[in-house]
Amino acid sequence: MKFERYEWVAITIMISLFIFVGFIQGWSVSLVILNMCIISAIMTMGVNISWGYAGVINFGVMGFLAMGGLAAVLVSYPPIVESWQAGGSGLGISFALLVVLVIAVMYINKTVIQKRNRYILNSLIIFFGILIIRHFYLNATHNIEDVNPAIAGFLGGLGLPIIFSWIIGGLFAAGVAFVIGKVALGLRSDYLAIVTLGISEIVVSVLKHEEWLSRGVKNVIGLKRPVPYEIDLQNADWFINLVTYLNSSKLNNIVDISDRQQVLNNLIIDGSGIFVKLSYAILFLIVMLIIFYFANKAQLSPWGRMMRAIRDNETAANAMGKDVVKQHLIIFVIGAAIVGVAGAMLVTLDGLFTPSGYRPLRFTFIIWIMVIVGGSGNNLGAIFGGFIIWFSWIEAAPLTTFIINQLTVGLEPTNALKLHLLDSVPYFRYLFMGLILLLILRYRPKGIIPEKVRHS
Amino acid sequence: MIDFLNSIIVLLNFIIIPGISYGSQLALGALGVTFVYAILRFANFAHGEIMSFGAMITILFTWFFQSQNIGLGILPTALLALPVGIIATIILCIISDKFVFQYYRYQKSVPVVLAMVSIGVMFVINAIIRIIIGTETIKFSDGQKFIIKAKQFKVMTGLNEGLALKSSQVITILITILLLTFTFWFLQKTKTGKSMRAFSDNEDLALLSGINPDRVVFTTWVIVGVLACVAGTLYGLDKSYKPIIYLNLVLPIFASAIVGGIGSPFGAVIGGYVIAFSEIMVTYAYKKFFVYILPSSIEPTGLVQLLSTDYKFAVSFSILVIVLLIRPSGIFKGRVL
Repeated sequence: MKFERYEWVAITIMISLFIFVGFIQGWSVSLVILNMCIISAIMTMGVNISWGYAGVINFGVMGFLAMGGLAAVLVSYPPIVESWQAGGSGLGISFALLVVLVIAVMYINKTVIQKRNRYILNSLIIFFGILIIRHFYLNATHNIEDVNPAIAGFLGGLGLPIIFSWIIGGLFAAGVAFVIGKVALGLRSDYLAIVTLGISEIVVSVLKHEEWLSRGVKNVIGLKRPVPYEIDLQNADWFINLVTYLNSSKLNNIVDISDRQQVLNNLIIDGSGIFVKLSYAILFLIVMLIIFYFANKAQLSPWGRMMRAIRDNETAANAMGKDVVKQHLIIFVIGAAIVGVAGAMLVTLDGLFTPSGYRPLRFTFIIWIMVIVGGSGNNLGAIFGGFIIWFSWIEAAPLTTFIINQLTVGLEPTNALKLHLLDSVPYFRYLFMGLILLLILRYRPKGIIPEKVRHS
Repeated sequence: MIDFLNSIIVLLNFIIIPGISYGSQLALGALGVTFVYAILRFANFAHGEIMSFGAMITILFTWFFQSQNIGLGILPTALLALPVGIIATIILCIISDKFVFQYYRYQKSVPVVLAMVSIGVMFVINAIIRIIIGTETIKFSDGQKFIIKAKQFKVMTGLNEGLALKSSQVITILITILLLTFTFWFLQKTKTGKSMRAFSDNEDLALLSGINPDRVVFTTWVIVGVLACVAGTLYGLDKSYKPIIYLNLVLPIFASAIVGGIGSPFGAVIGGYVIAFSEIMVTYAYKKFFVYILPSSIEPTGLVQLLSTDYKFAVSFSILVIVLLIRPSGIFKGRVL
């Protein structure tokens, strides 16, 4: 793939922003922002694939992220044997009964022809089926939640390395997206937006309240990392040698031995933090580049051309024999899967899973602002949007403090207005986000890096 | 017989009265969304924040009046501040239209773009509210809190169950009836109302017959401002004001509007009550009710609760999804005022 000049400019801007922050606020801060920027960029690419390629709106970002997060827990947390013993069989029975119920309903739908009888039979069997399932299910979940509720109280996971969860998270999100897509994709775009938003709320509230599965509002903490821990690094010989080697000129200037040891220790502590964040950044960057590569390939392929045709004129594409419904479903699922991957990565980075932290403002609308600002239909634009918006989301607070201090420089430090404004600094970022979105939609509706128009 | 009365009181106290008052708040909100949808033809995600803004202005003026010792006696002071809040909300709506929505209307943008724009407006209003009033929970209802207290009722009737009637609930219901009557009268009988209906039915035809679109849009925003401010204030008065809540309220409001048939004002009102009652009825524990009404031999042991109250919000979306699946146009076929 070849970049245009303005695209190189965009890439340079992104890189220089982090170098700038690195020098002003320290490399640790810069890397923290970079990591979240990369994850945001992946989410944005996910949304961009469904919205930018095919015009399928997906306001369920929050739900898919949460599914990815759940995957991270289920893959990496060690299994809790007592919980399985307490409620595993009950859960198994209720799940088996659920399968039986579904089969029964399908059987009835097939055999009973008369419509009224079918409705009556179906509602009867569903009602009593659910009553019976509930009995087993509630008992089982109750037992599970009673097992050591302070630290466990849920089933745990598989105890595998958390990095596998990035794939599993994608699959989880894809599964949920498949169901949502089957149900809702026939709707008009603004209905679809509302419905996906609503369903993502349902997904999150299930994760919040089904404690046997996700520990709910009690949160899961201490997930294992795919990268080394700081404390291990600080005691590893190779790392100490590396730090000594990198800072040899600085250390050699210090004559006193104990002083030198002191400086070295500080350097090692700082260095270990940066090393961990850097390893995350490299892992994330690899995933981002892989997704970017394939997304671009797909966009340039005949399949991508078909998607654009469907987006630009659904009727015409349909008349040309393209299965619009099926393709919409496919692209919705792919987009959601990428968002799910990002969700698993997010939990991996934090090391904890907090279902109550999934709020639509932060995890759906901000992502959409990234897509719109970056440029829908252009993958580099999506990445750029993710970087720029997350960067300004974080740096809005220091910037606002600076501006307020400048504007109110004439007022005394105890002035009520000044104090009130300084207290509400965190809320100015919403103002910035709204204004950025409105300005972009008004003056550059195709985004900062617009989709390339191809005449081929 | 006594048991039967007791069970009725239980239902009244825990389902019917809260359902009607919550339903009224949702209905007013959904009516506002419906107006925007029918005239301006987009889904206004900023509606919740507009409601919140109206409530905020009302609260600020309530505090002002309280500090001046101006009150309404047994009625909450907020009712006195409500007109100011309404005017401020109308001004907010007009400003947001002039500076933001108008451009896209003249451009004839597709509804999705307008929905995105409304998300931008949502962020801006959200930030303004938080900067002005913060994120704390605010209780601003004063005056007499209860019309009937549970204990009083027990003494009065000699029943086991008490019936509590909050004054905010009665105020909500009365104001809703007033406002709905006025809105429907306005739409059906006045010339402006008729021109609005014509505009929502067929824009081109309305323009041909000499209806001024800017005037129709202006009137729409005025009505939306009134409805949003009243709905927001009533919700805050009844529960308590918390800026975050209003964002979560947008979804039940949309659900109400769609369930009733988006674009149809009557449908929006009905949808509001449908959503409110189903949220409350599905998550209520019926044990007390069955204890009274069934003979003691077959009394239920569990709570007799369909879903735990944690899933309150999920219920409304589930109903939304079910309605869209079975009857995509909503209960009343919409799109026309």
